[in-house]
Amino acid sequence: MSEDKSAAAYWSANIRIITICLIIWAIVSYGFAIFLRPLLAMLPLTIGGVDLGFWFAQQGSILTFIVLIFYYTWYMNRIDREFGVDEQ
Amino acid sequence: MDQFTLNLLVVGGSFALYIGIAIWARAGTTSDFYAASRGVNPIVNGAATAADWMSAASFISMAGLIAFVGYGNSSFLMGWTGGYVLLALLLAPYLRKFGRFTVPEFIGDRFYSQTARIVAVVCLLVCSITYVIGQMTGAGVAFSRFLEVQNTTGLLIAAAVVFIYAVLGGMKGITYTQLAQYCVLITAYTIPAVFISMQLTNNPIPPLGLFSTHAESGMPLLAKLDEVLMELGFRDYTGHHGSLLNMALFTLSLMIGTAGLPHVIIRFFTVPRVADARKSAGWALVFIALLYLTAPAVGAMARLNIITTIYPDGTSAEPIRYDERPDWMHSWEQTGLLAFEDKNNDGRIQYYNDDSEEFASIAAERGWEGNEMVTFNRDILVLANPEIAQLPPWVLALIAAGGLAAALSTAAGLLLAISSAVSHDLLKSVLLPKITDKQELMAARISMAFAIALATWLGLNPPGFAAQVVALAFGLAAATLFPALMLGIFSKKMNTQGAVAGMLVGLITTLLYIFTYLGWFFVPGTNMLPNTPDNWLFGISPLSFGAIGAALNFTAAYIVMKMTAEPPEHIQELVESIRVPRGASGAVDH
Repeated sequence: MSEDKSAAAYWSANIRIITICLIIWAIVSYGFAIFLRPLLAMLPLTIGGVDLGFWFAQQGSILTFIVLIFYYTWYMNRIDREFGVDEQ
Repeated sequence: MDQFTLNLLVVGGSFALYIGIAIWARAGTTSDFYAASRGVNPIVNGAATAADWMSAASFISMAGLIAFVGYGNSSFLMGWTGGYVLLALLLAPYLRKFGRFTVPEFIGDRFYSQTARIVAVVCLLVCSITYVIGQMTGAGVAFSRFLEVQNTTGLLIAAAVVFIYAVLGGMKGITYTQLAQYCVLITAYTIPAVFISMQLTNNPIPPLGLFSTHAESGMPLLAKLDEVLMELGFRDYTGHHGSLLNMALFTLSLMIGTAGLPHVIIRFFTVPRVADARKSAGWALVFIALLYLTAPAVGAMARLNIITTIYPDGTSAEPIRYDERPDWMHSWEQTGLLAFEDKNNDGRIQYYNDDSEEFASIAAERGWEGNEMVTFNRDILVLANPEIAQLPPWVLALIAAGGLAAALSTAAGLLLAISSAVSHDLLKSVLLPKITDKQELMAARISMAFAIALATWLGLNPPGFAAQVVALAFGLAAATLFPALMLGIFSKKMNTQGAVAGMLVGLITTLLYIFTYLGWFFVPGTNMLPNTPDNWLFGISPLSFGAIGAALNFTAAYIVMKMTAEPPEHIQELVESIRVPRGASGAVDH
């Protein structure tokens, strides 16, 4: 984390983590579950007799979404304190 | 005790609980009425949001919606959950920091314009009113099915119960009844699901059961389902049929629409702090996922179970005789959700896909003259589960209470969004700015009563387009409100002209695209082009257009912003202030 504690630095740190989370959000749903499903199907790995893409479409993406929100919450609480903008 | 009395007792008991909560959680101020005084615990708000979000359709129809299409309808699962990521990361914390009561209020204040506020009110009313019609009719249907009353009587009882707790308690009453309703609906949904999963896979956890072994055949459950479906001429369950682009765009439209629906957003105004708004979105998704992970399992298992019941010795052997069918089929035939017709007069039930041309020769060879399960309503996969699994009658009573809880909780949330837009944004902000808090509270209660009366009337006389409204509500929320809210937070230089132009472009293009294929105001026969994939622009289905409408909204807003004056200094400072959490608890009153 940089030494710059300005509002602008806080906002760019926030934008960065949002971007990372949304890339993962898109990869698990639009990627693994839809467009990349044929690629995943080439892996020798199956869950319950079907390819991984099907699992992502029905369960994997939802579980990832939950993890993403809690990770973002945890991360933001940390940088809120670091930049001194948390609620007292 | 017979089933009817039991249903009456369980449903009556749940209603008494909701009314009790309403009396306990009366609203004394507008802050109580609009935002439960921002004192709601984030986990409680998560459960309330889940009940607010999951409608009668989620509870009764979702499992069937997935089960009759398979993989292709995973869009509903991802779309209706992925929107919460957008909500948690892009909207909820900042709107909570802003510290007001309604969605149009944010848009009006941030874009310093009564025009923007009024456009937002119009978009909100169109989304929420279309959505509430389905909830009211859903409640009426649930009543008539379980309590043997007329649809109309059922709807009036539902309206009366919502009236008591929504008018009395506003957001405060709605929040705590939604918490109770969540508990009722998730219990009702889970119990039969656990039993059917145990029966088919010996695994008591339905989402795990879906991906485990089918006990009877020793094959993976989904592989078995694919096999029997294809043997009967149906498409395989796990395969993809149709356009990937449409599946992705439909998912995206549902996600953006979910994040832009006002009745969901206002739930996040009720928590004490910005950090709570983020956390609460996470909990909401956990509570939603409990049902959304169970629904596809219930759907797949129930569908497999019904097929193996009809073909006890495998699909290549003869199906069961009609007079030997199980009791639950007999009892559901009386509701009209299930119907058989012995087309080849052999006394047996042939269930197969008679639309499949490849399968036609096999059917002819076996002397089949058409699919004999002529009605197989998708709702039955959830409704008949307790009987299929031979569970005691109180489980069916619980399903009745759960379906009603799902319908009422969503209706109440929508009604609050509608009435607060009227009393707070139209009356207080535009027409009568001088009214006191007490007068505004009275106005809020009166608009709630009017909203309930309107929703009841629309529920009794549903416009012909009731089935299409979900697409309309999500498409419009995605194309109008979501981009305006996001730009208000993430683009400091976005001005009135840009935001208003964006919302209007989103609203008009989405309406035009939907009406072109589905008819003007959904009047049959007035569509300008047939609603088939060859006629769709770039092959995009009207149901998937919300995401395109949102993209057009963003583009129009940016172009107009570049050509017009920057927003004033104090607005840019306002945007700076909503971007940081500090000071949120001080912004409660205004």
